[in-house]
Amino acid sequence: MIPSKEEMYSALEERHGKELQRRFAESAVVICGLGGLGSNVAVSLARAGVGKLHLIDFDKVDISNLNRQQYFPDQLGQYKSDALADTLRRIAPYCDITSRTVKLDESNIPELLADFPIICECFDNAEQKAMLVNTVLEYFPGKKLVAASGMAGLGSANTIVTRRIAKNFWLCGDGKSDVGGGLGLISARVAVCAAHQATMVLRIISGEEEA
Amino acid sequence: MVKLNGEQRELSGKTVTEILNENGYDPKRVAVELNLEIVPKSQYDSMILKDGDSVEVVSFVGGG
Repeated sequence: MIPSKEEMYSALEERHGKELQRRFAESAVVICGLGGLGSNVAVSLARAGVGKLHLIDFDKVDISNLNRQQYFPDQLGQYKSDALADTLRRIAPYCDITSRTVKLDESNIPELLADFPIICECFDNAEQKAMLVNTVLEYFPGKKLVAASGMAGLGSANTIVTRRIAKNFWLCGDGKSDVGGGLGLISARVAVCAAHQATMVLRIISGEEEA
Repeated sequence: MVKLNGEQRELSGKTVTEILNENGYDPKRVAVELNLEIVPKSQYDSMILKDGDSVEVVSFVGGG
């Protein structure tokens, strides 16, 4: 037996306060890319009680993802969009979770992201990151965009920061640790960067837009 | 003088493409803000910087 919607909501209200929880519950966020960043951002936002989450990724869960991404070995081979939606529904059964299995590009972004006031860029490829950021800032100057760059390796977690680049654009990471530069992506440091992104999203929803 | 990523530089009269090339940026991995507004990629060749402009080049690295 899982708790009722009202029981879960009032537990969140007790933690966060009525007004903040109302804002979280009324918000809608789209997460683009469901790897080490996106899967961790999604889990944090679902646990905080964000009302509507939309998940986008074209890829399937691979054994190489399990070192840092929020998937289980019994989900190997499933689309990440489906597997993560299943997990989030266990975490937050009353969150409105939707997903799309699609590769985002310049031509489909204007349609596929139109409904969401807050967008998280959680890709792993540098050119894809730049493509999403450029397309979103050009087509949707009024939307809030929280992106990430630089979280590979095992450098100090203290070098990962959130910067406000423009009025509606925030960038998390150390800005330089490339995945090709030696050590790959390691669970805790990627999660630190994802937590920066999720924290910034929740701050924006709360009305605080400084990094 | 043009401010590039916080540093005053003699860059007025140059295009965004020239600035990216001369400073070692890969145009496929950047987003460019001019006076806090995004510069569309289609304008990198034609957008000419002038005195007092502030340019922020965000360069992305891989990993996620």
